[in-house]
Amino acid sequence: MGYKCIVCIKQVPDTSNITGEVMNRDGTVNRTALPAIFNPEDLNALEAALAVKDEHGGEVTVVTMGPLGACEALRMALYRRADRVVLITDRRAAASDTLATSYILSQAIKKIGDVDLVFCGRQAIDGDTAQVGPQLAEKLGIPQIAYFERFESLTYRAARVRRNTGSGWEVVESPLPVLITVLDTANEPRPAAAKRVMQYKHLTTPDELRARLKKGMPDATDAEREAEHARQMEKQTFLGARIEQWDLDDIDADLQWCGLSGSPTKVHRVQWIVLTKEGYTEVAPTEEGVRGMVHELIVDHTMG
Amino acid sequence: MIEPNRQGDVWVYAEQEDGNLHDVALELCGKARLLADQLGVRVGAVLPGWNMRELAFRLIAHGADKIYHVHDPRLEHYRTMPYARVMCQLIEKHKPQIVLYGATPMGRDLAPRIASKLRAGLTADCTDLDIGDHEEKSAKKVHKNLLLQIRPAFGGNIIATIINPERWPQMATVREGVMRLGDGDPGRTGEIIDENIEFNDFDLAVHVIERHREERKVDLKAARIIVAGGGGVGSEEGFRLIHGLAGALGGTVGASRAAVDGGFIAKDHQVGQTGTTVRPALYVACGISGQVQHRAGMEESAKIIAINWDREAPIFSVAHYGIVGDLRKVIPMMIKAIKARE
Repeated sequence: MGYKCIVCIKQVPDTSNITGEVMNRDGTVNRTALPAIFNPEDLNALEAALAVKDEHGGEVTVVTMGPLGACEALRMALYRRADRVVLITDRRAAASDTLATSYILSQAIKKIGDVDLVFCGRQAIDGDTAQVGPQLAEKLGIPQIAYFERFESLTYRAARVRRNTGSGWEVVESPLPVLITVLDTANEPRPAAAKRVMQYKHLTTPDELRARLKKGMPDATDAEREAEHARQMEKQTFLGARIEQWDLDDIDADLQWCGLSGSPTKVHRVQWIVLTKEGYTEVAPTEEGVRGMVHELIVDHTMG
Repeated sequence: MIEPNRQGDVWVYAEQEDGNLHDVALELCGKARLLADQLGVRVGAVLPGWNMRELAFRLIAHGADKIYHVHDPRLEHYRTMPYARVMCQLIEKHKPQIVLYGATPMGRDLAPRIASKLRAGLTADCTDLDIGDHEEKSAKKVHKNLLLQIRPAFGGNIIATIINPERWPQMATVREGVMRLGDGDPGRTGEIIDENIEFNDFDLAVHVIERHREERKVDLKAARIIVAGGGGVGSEEGFRLIHGLAGALGGTVGASRAAVDGGFIAKDHQVGQTGTTVRPALYVACGISGQVQHRAGMEESAKIIAINWDREAPIFSVAHYGIVGDLRKVIPMMIKAIKARE
């Protein structure tokens, strides 16, 4: 028994600390200079699911959609005691907006099946839209509870959740299955377990390993690389876990709802924000300078 | 999936809680009015709730022509699914070309559920909206008079204009406080249309057990003058200076994320992309470096004074008055100068 939980996570560029080194001279962002991180609120979503497992039993499956590099986020989930991790990766999923993304995730969740609780972080820091959670709930045909703070109670019939409404809080009760979006204030995500880091740090999907070997063994022949690939994958079978990799066919996705064709929103224009140094009145940090400025602001009725 | 309907109206979701209309609903009515006039169509507002009819007149005063009023005891408190049912059913019936929501916790919960059901596009957290054409070069097609949905993205480092050319309605959530809140014209007239919506058991499956409203103690949006402190203030103790200057000016205390994260002051004082967006008559930024996320929340202020020891701090790029110096010395000088005039 116990609850079957699915957590949807995203690997994102760390947009929170964009400094001079990351900004190109023309004001664009040098993406390669940005480290890829586990989206912060998705860690809170994972923690909420793990807490359910700790208290009631069950299992936690973590799903992400992204390039092969997103396996790193799945390994981080394994370090925190996720039971099963799944990467959905497919070129045909590229350029998906939130609607197409939620459709693809819903197909993966249907394939996993029998879910009781779906957890998502409230929003990802690269887009800040907070849309995928509610859209995913609708695609799954289940209720949603946004801005989770904590469970008041949880039974197989219903979840009672305290959620933040922005102007206070409320307790709502929903039948299961239900999708819950989690705030960063909901909990304190656990750190990686050192033992599991040692155990799983070399775990890859076959494709991820192939990509790594291509980089790591640039002078080797294809045959040598294949031999190394086979050897390492063989070693991985003893690790007791694997990263599953699915494409859009594996989840029976209808391609018209995926990628560019499944995305009603298009980008019309993008402007990079360049810091413009327009003039401002420089005020000397002296009694006299400050007095002059205050006087001006009183005269133009800004103050008083 | 709904095809483009060029005769469709511009709609606003009229968010209310306990009979109080959210300011953003009125801000959106004003903006919808401008968009609808450009398109030559009317402004509709959807008002779901229980005993809310009198709110319709305020929506009309702020620019709405038609109020779709859904009066049902099951809509007394906001719940995602029945509210989504109301919106989906009315959108399918009347086919508006644009639907706007406040980017409030409620709007950001509701709008994506509706967008998914209608398979329509939705852009989150817009800071500006306009009407314009889009040329699709590969298909050699020009889409006329689309809603241009303008929003910061990538942590606020880019401004993206998003469009939704084919799958309508064109929907967006709009950040609170960025559209001007007009005074409203009580003499405007409009039509109130009562609508009846059928709910199924699933729509009503989630129950509100208990509600608790916490009054916002800090009202940054209403403040005419804001004195805000950042990481450079250094400590909770250091914020006394900020409070002192705010007191002298009759202003409200704001803060940057760095100050909130540093524990110098409570989160409800936070200005910026993740806090409150403000446009006061005067904004005094003290020890705030001015990360783009912060600037996005205050750069519309009528006058900005920046005090920072670092001449290179980005806050100076939006300032009208810049003081390069130690705020511990400059602020007491300001307080003295303000008091001297009295």
